[in-house]
Amino acid sequence: MSTTDTIQVRVNGKDRDIEPGQTIHALLESFELHPGMVVVELNKEILARDTYGAFEVRQGDTIELVHFVGGG
Amino acid sequence: MTETAAATVTASPLDAPLDIGGVEFTSRLIVGTGKYESNEIMVEAIRASGAEMVTVAVRRVDLDRTKEEAILHHLSADEFFLLANTAGCYTAEDAVRYARLARAAGFNEFVKLEVIGDEATLLPDVQATLEAAKTLSDEGFKVMAYTNDDLITALRLEDAGCVAVMPLASPIGSGLGVVNPYSIREIKRRLEAPVIVDAGVGTASDACVTMELGVDGVLMNTALAAADDPVRMSHAMRHAVVAGRLAFLAGRMPSREIAVPSSPTRGMLD
Repeated sequence: MSTTDTIQVRVNGKDRDIEPGQTIHALLESFELHPGMVVVELNKEILARDTYGAFEVRQGDTIELVHFVGGG
Repeated sequence: MTETAAATVTASPLDAPLDIGGVEFTSRLIVGTGKYESNEIMVEAIRASGAEMVTVAVRRVDLDRTKEEAILHHLSADEFFLLANTAGCYTAEDAVRYARLARAAGFNEFVKLEVIGDEATLLPDVQATLEAAKTLSDEGFKVMAYTNDDLITALRLEDAGCVAVMPLASPIGSGLGVVNPYSIREIKRRLEAPVIVDAGVGTASDACVTMELGVDGVLMNTALAAADDPVRMSHAMRHAVVAGRLAFLAGRMPSREIAVPSSPTRGMLD
């Protein structure tokens, strides 16, 4: 349920209510993620690392935060 | 001591470095980082294998348990050359998406392209692989393509610009060894791009036999991670790959159906 003072976004397949006005950088910080350790896809577009502070998360955004894990 | 011995063999003039897409590697063994019991064992095993290039997968960050999964907390990108894979992708479109995400991590332009066509056998969808290989090569990726042991597909992947073509020895994680040595030999004979056998190696003799076919390298994961003692198996694989490579370069004696004595037949006493 989104209220007037939060926005709803989808992060890694899960809907979340977050504070409006956050940048991608701030979103990463809220998850305690180091920007250098993840790659961000915003609405299917990959963001350059140096733009994380420039993109504001908006109502309805779909965000994927990915990183490297073990694999063959 | 064993490490010094192996380093001497691999770095000596006995063999040339392996050049993949303009990057030189001393070791002809490429290893995966999946399925290890712990990250500590993984790192120790990879070091024991002597591999310089290691594969990693691209996955969503588990937002509840970040620190345990992130491989870069355990594996230094300064120590190893990271080869991101597109494992788990079933379409060309997905594989391209994963490759782009991997490149955005900022380490290199290399990608291990893998497009699976069937869940039960994990055999590659060669048509989709070819399509993704073209797209990614056009975008400047250095594509190392996992493929079937089919010569025509291998030739087409080379034409598509792949910097290495990687036919399977047998299905991923099967440990069956090289089921079709003829095909692997033919692929190696016909391609100019490096041929790396990827998947299916089970134990050291499989790796040795694979290298004796003349291919440029071997990529493995489960054979190490699923061994009872992954670190010891990694040592074994390092030696096996070097042994097979040098045996190939040395050129084996012709095999015969009859015995030929090794000692002189003349000079025997009456």
